[in-house]
Formats: sequence, C-alpha cells, structure tokens
Amino acid sequence: MTELKEIGEFLATLWTVWAVLIFLGIAFWALRPKNRKRFEHDANIPLNDER
Amino acid sequence: MSSTTVSATARPAPRYVEDVVRVAMILTMFWGVVAFLAGVVIAAQLVWPQLSFDSQYLTFGRLRPLHTSAAIFAFGGTALIGTAFHVVQRTCRARLFGGAPMGWFVLLGYQFFIVIAASGYLLGITESKEYAEPEWYADLWLTIVWVAYLLAYLGTILKREEPHIYVANWFYLAFIITIAMLHIVNNVSIPVSFTGTKSYSLYAGVQDAMIQWWYGHNAVGFFLTAAFLGMMYYFIPKAANRPVYSYRLSIIHFWALVFLYIWAGPHHLHYTSLPDWAQTLGMIFSVMLWMPSWGGMINGLMTLSGAWDKLRTDPGLRFSVTAVGFYGMSTFEGPVMSIRAVNSLSHYTDWTIGHVHSGALGWVAFIVFGTMYYLVPRLWGRTSMWSTRLIGWHYWIATLGIVLYISSMWVSGIMQGLMWRAYDELGFLQYSFVETVAAMHPFYMIRLLGGVFFLTGGLIMAFNMWRTVRGQPAGMVADTPVAVAA
Repeated sequence: MTELKEIGEFLATLWTVWAVLIFLGIAFWALRPKNRKRFEHDANIPLNDER
Repeated sequence: MSSTTVSATARPAPRYVEDVVRVAMILTMFWGVVAFLAGVVIAAQLVWPQLSFDSQYLTFGRLRPLHTSAAIFAFGGTALIGTAFHVVQRTCRARLFGGAPMGWFVLLGYQFFIVIAASGYLLGITESKEYAEPEWYADLWLTIVWVAYLLAYLGTILKREEPHIYVANWFYLAFIITIAMLHIVNNVSIPVSFTGTKSYSLYAGVQDAMIQWWYGHNAVGFFLTAAFLGMMYYFIPKAANRPVYSYRLSIIHFWALVFLYIWAGPHHLHYTSLPDWAQTLGMIFSVMLWMPSWGGMINGLMTLSGAWDKLRTDPGLRFSVTAVGFYGMSTFEGPVMSIRAVNSLSHYTDWTIGHVHSGALGWVAFIVFGTMYYLVPRLWGRTSMWSTRLIGWHYWIATLGIVLYISSMWVSGIMQGLMWRAYDELGFLQYSFVETVAAMHPFYMIRLLGGVFFLTGGLIMAFNMWRTVRGQPAGMVADTPVAVAA
C-alpha cells in the first residue's frame, strides 16, 4: 500500500508531462482528417439555430 | 456556406427564455453607463484632487473599486449572464434548465450582489483584495447565485437536442466553473462576528498574495477573456452570417488557454518575497499564453475573410471585429509586460492602467457593444437598431476615446517608470516622487478626455437602445419565438 502511494506521489510530480500528453491527444483529435467533416457541421450550429 | 443540415430543419424550436435576456441587456447598458461615469469621475479626481470634496464617501480609494467592479462585474458580468443564457439555449436547442424562474433568480440575484457589494465600498466595507473587495456576506450570497448559474447552464447543456456542444458553450462553461473555484478559494475568511461586516482572510503573507493573484489573473483569464471569447464565437459568426474560420483552431486554442492561464498569476508578484522559481514559472506561462490568445484572435478575424465588405454596412460588426483586434493587441502586450525585466519598468506605473484599459475598453466593452447591436433589435423583434448612423458615431467616438486613453497612459507610465529609476552621477535618485506626479498631470488630462469620449459613446448607445426598444410600434413579428407573452 505504501509503495502504491509512493508511486502515485512520484507520478503526480510529473504533472507537466501528463498535461502535455492530454493536450497532444486533444490536438491529435482536432487535427485528424477523419474528423474534418463533423467539425464543418459543428461550426454551422449557430447559423442553423433560427427555428 | 451550407444551409441545411440534419439537425436544423423542420423542427420547431423550443420556447426559449427570452425576457431574462432582454432585462439583462437593459441592465448591461445601465451598468455600462454607471461604470464609465465612475471612471470619468475618478479620472477627474486624479487631475483635480479637490473633487473628493473632503468627503470620505467620495475619496478615490472608495470610488476606484466601485468603478472596477461596476465595469467588470456589473457591466461585463450582466452581459455575460444574459448572452450565456441566449447562446446556450439556441446552440443546444433546449429551453433554459429551470426555466424562467431559474433565469430570473440568477440575473436578479447577481444584481443584488452588485448592489450590496458596491454600496459597501462607499461605506468603507472592503476586504481590500483587488477585484475581490466584497466582504464575507456578499461573497456567500454570490456563491449561491453562482451555483444556480452553473446549474442552469450545465442543466441546459445536459438536456440539449443538438448532439455536439458548440465551442461558445465550452468557453462560457470554463468561465462559470473557474470563477466558482477562484471565488471560493480566494474568499475563505473568518468573520469577526455574524452581525458585523468585517472578516479576516484565512491566508497571510506571501501565500495570501499568491492566492489573491492566482484569483486576480484568472479573473482576467476566465472572466474577461474566456467568457467574452464565448460571446465572440457565437455573435461574430451570427452577425457575419458565416461559420467560424477554423473549428479545429477553436478546439486547440480553447484547451491551450485552459491549460496555460491558470499558472500565469505569479507575474503580478515579480521582485516580491514570492520565491524566484514561482515568479519565473508565472512569467514563462504568461509568454506561452501569447499563442492561444492569438489563436482566438486569428479565428475571430478570419471569420470575416471574404466578407470584409460587411464592415462598411454593419457598424455593429465593426465593434466586434475591432474588439478582436484590441484583444490581439492587449494579449501581446500582456506577455511582454510579464517578462521580469520589462515588469521592473512597468509595474506600479500607469502603463499597467493603460494595458488594462486596452483590454477592458477595446476588447470587453467593444465585444459587448457589437453583441448588443446585433442582439437588441432581434430580442425586441425589430429589423435593426433605431439609428445605424448613431452606431457609427458611437464607434468613432469610443475608438478615439480608447486611443487617447491608452496612448496617454503608455507615455505617462513609461515616463513614470524611467523617472523612478533615474540616478544622477553621484548615485542619488534624480527625481522626488512628487516630481513624477507633477510630470504625469498633462497625461491625466488627456486620459480624462478619453474617458469622457468613451462615456459619450455609451450615452449615445443607451439613447439608441432606448429608441429601439420603445420607438417602433410593438407587435411586429419577431423572427424568434417568444418565451412568455409580454
């Protein structure tokens, strides 16, 4: 149990690494060519909201 | 431009809560004029100190938080509550969670907070923390109102009919959540008695300073930046009738902004007892923030690409686009000022005041004006504002006012900083403090003139809005469904 806690505390010190990895994941998702179509649709949401 | 998509056609829109938004727009206009007027009064006091009339209630120290709170929280906050409710209902195609009673509670509860906080300042009741001056009882009340705001917003998103959560909502939601966190943590304090107004912060010394500026800078980051970006991401595409330039850029710059902003606070505490590594951390994150900030600026400006001609015919849109330009300018200036070497010159001088106002007047107020010129006629079922010419007048007078304001404060601030650090050949300080004050006097006059211009523009807008709301015969068909029969 104490070992697990130590590992957890060590991993917490690497918060910048985790934050960067999460951000890179988001950027990958956003830039993926497969998602281009859905973003084009999503961008039009405010223009389609009048009745 | 694609005109039809699956979710958009042949479905009746839900009955949106709109009366709350209408009243929020009127209150925004009212608080705007109050905030600009208070600014003009304290600018005049800096030129002619006798204008406090030896009254404790009219001293600069009490009127200044009245001005800042009226501008940020009353004017900006009311605009955000109103537009947030408008945007979330439409982009989610869902009626506000909790309906009109929830909307009224949030809007009017927030107004009550503003009144008890601001009247307290005049009576000398303050926690003396910048942008967090309200005492414990006002803080508690705001917490209740803010949780209701979060519930209303989140509840509407949860019951949305539109599968995707449009990017404007992410910005608004980030603002609501982060402000809740900042407000609660920075205001943990112990009242002296439950019948008295005075309380003491739980924090002391440099921890207190760090928590205050963690709060303070993220109030800038999430209240004055993220939330108004949410406004930009809905109302600029609406007014230009074009989708946002790059939806992918909006995703990336949103998350970059959220990841980076929260660490930038220590740049307010350069050369203090805050450890050096924390100062450096704040400085580096501030410089990195330049990228997501400009991501937002590029996205806002480029939405107009191919439709720049609209700026000639739609002065309301001109406000919004100029706002994005000022946003880019002040978010370039900010990281520069956060660099420790630059900060050693700029800190505690008028340069900071000029920087804040290029953001507050140029970005925040202009994006609100642009939004209101788009939204007000539609909310009241008018085809346009009462006078388009007056919008043009407002635009040029207000822009001239901002230019006078920020350029005078740049000159005054840099001069002030250089005079403070000037030595003569024997190593003595070259100027006494009062000499620097005297040198700033002409620039204070120019700043006052800029403020008067900006206030004049605000009054023109208030008049135009009043005529738009009252001046045309009622009963014209609204292009949007009206929630409650008037």
